[in-house]
Amino acid sequence: MTSFTDSLTGWFNGLTWLPDMSPAIVAVFVAGILALAVFTFMSLNALVAVYFERKVSAFMQDRLGPMEVGIFGFRGGKKFWGGIGQTLADAIKLLGKEDTIPADADRPLFILGPFILFGAAFTAFIGLPIGWGMVISDFNIGVFFITAITSVGVIGIILSGWASNNKWSLYGAMRSAAQIISYELPLGMSLLLVVMVAGSLQFSDIVQWQEDNRWFIIHSPFTVVAFMIFLVSGVAEANRTPFDLPEAESELVAGYMTEYSGFRWSLFFLSEYASMVIISLMTAIVFLGAWLSPVAGILRMFGVPEGWYYLSGPLWGLFWLMGKVAFLIFTMMWFRWTFPRLRPDQLMYTAWKVFLPFALANIFFVGLWELLLA
Amino acid sequence: MAEFGFTGIAALVIASSFWVVTARNLVHAAVALMGTLFGVAGLYVYLYADFLAATQVIIYVGGILVLIIFGVMLTQRISSAVLLQTHMPNRPLAGVVVFFLFMGLTSLLFRTPWHEGEQVMPESTVTIIGTSLLTKYLLHFEVASVLLLVALLGAAYLSRREDG
Repeated sequence: MTSFTDSLTGWFNGLTWLPDMSPAIVAVFVAGILALAVFTFMSLNALVAVYFERKVSAFMQDRLGPMEVGIFGFRGGKKFWGGIGQTLADAIKLLGKEDTIPADADRPLFILGPFILFGAAFTAFIGLPIGWGMVISDFNIGVFFITAITSVGVIGIILSGWASNNKWSLYGAMRSAAQIISYELPLGMSLLLVVMVAGSLQFSDIVQWQEDNRWFIIHSPFTVVAFMIFLVSGVAEANRTPFDLPEAESELVAGYMTEYSGFRWSLFFLSEYASMVIISLMTAIVFLGAWLSPVAGILRMFGVPEGWYYLSGPLWGLFWLMGKVAFLIFTMMWFRWTFPRLRPDQLMYTAWKVFLPFALANIFFVGLWELLLA
Repeated sequence: MAEFGFTGIAALVIASSFWVVTARNLVHAAVALMGTLFGVAGLYVYLYADFLAATQVIIYVGGILVLIIFGVMLTQRISSAVLLQTHMPNRPLAGVVVFFLFMGLTSLLFRTPWHEGEQVMPESTVTIIGTSLLTKYLLHFEVASVLLLVALLGAAYLSRREDG
């Protein structure tokens, strides 16, 4: 599979009007452009997702949501897109805010904390494909890389909670550490099951397997269970309601981000929405057939010959994957306005006594299933 | 480029591990340890051991370091405690030992005929690791699994409620 890195490097080397550059300089340029692209993607994602979230919550609570701030005269009155400029205005306001550091805070760690969290979310995008060949680097340990790098983010949360020197922050950080470490296990176990069946840790191989056989969610009863465990644990990893105990506003003010404002707070914000995208992308790629067209799957089942109506190809692949991701993000927002927050003991109960045994049994049974039926 | 990256990573490992042992604040030392562990993962990448590097990150940074920070963080008044050892009667002896250790290691470094491999790196290290774990090193693998099981049972026993 090609990657953004390969094609960008090729494009740079193909430019004749540029002076000859050593491969190292080209690599630095390519890395810089890709980093900028990822950052832009994360910012745009937060911008759109916040608007989406507010509109979805408004819809679910039978109200209108943001309606006043439009862009360039698109006020829209009482129509649905009324407040389309709201998040942009919020973002500008946020960056203009005073950046405060509490006097008793541990200054270096207070500054470092958000960057670790952001860096973990940012780095994860290196290995995540958004379409066929649309990936920065298609690692042969892709799935494992994402699991490893996202597990680093919790350090940022703990540090910022501790360094704030605020009891609410510390409580939030403690809850967060317990939660994220607990839910990493069922998450990894469900992924392991897919890796076992597909026989590879590489995202492109896993998708190739799904193209040759079928999507993992409909592969066997056990993969359905794995999908559910994965999605719910993913919501917990992203600290979303009903698992938002680390920042439960009615109990802990804002948890580990209580003392943050301005740019540093917006880093937390970006990473939170980025982690939603990471979880949704992982779920879509691993269980929902990534960039494979559902139309093609159904048509192939009925033996229809291939044609344009298969709606598959690189750009359609981007469309399908992004569509699946958008649907999963919508599902997470749906969860948020449907389920009440869990108590800490219920949270631990779910992770250790329900999800983990089920995930372990799942691995055993899927092994049997593959041995006997495949 | 490769040499430049390697120098950077080596410098990161040395500087952060120096910070770990000299930091007066335990939490700062734990955070500095993160740099060291990440640097070691980077060294693994330079050895084409991608799987090992990711394992290093997931186990040491995502697991053990989080536990260390967690433990240190909850220790009361850790930030105000000054970690300074004043009574050091064995200092000259320690200096001599460290000097000879350093000399020995350095001479070893220069005397060893370092093997420079010409063979092509394998396409995927995961397959090789998995196959050898379940064939050649099966016994070791099983012993480690039993050890982990015992540790799990011990943790469950310790954290169990008395009346439960």
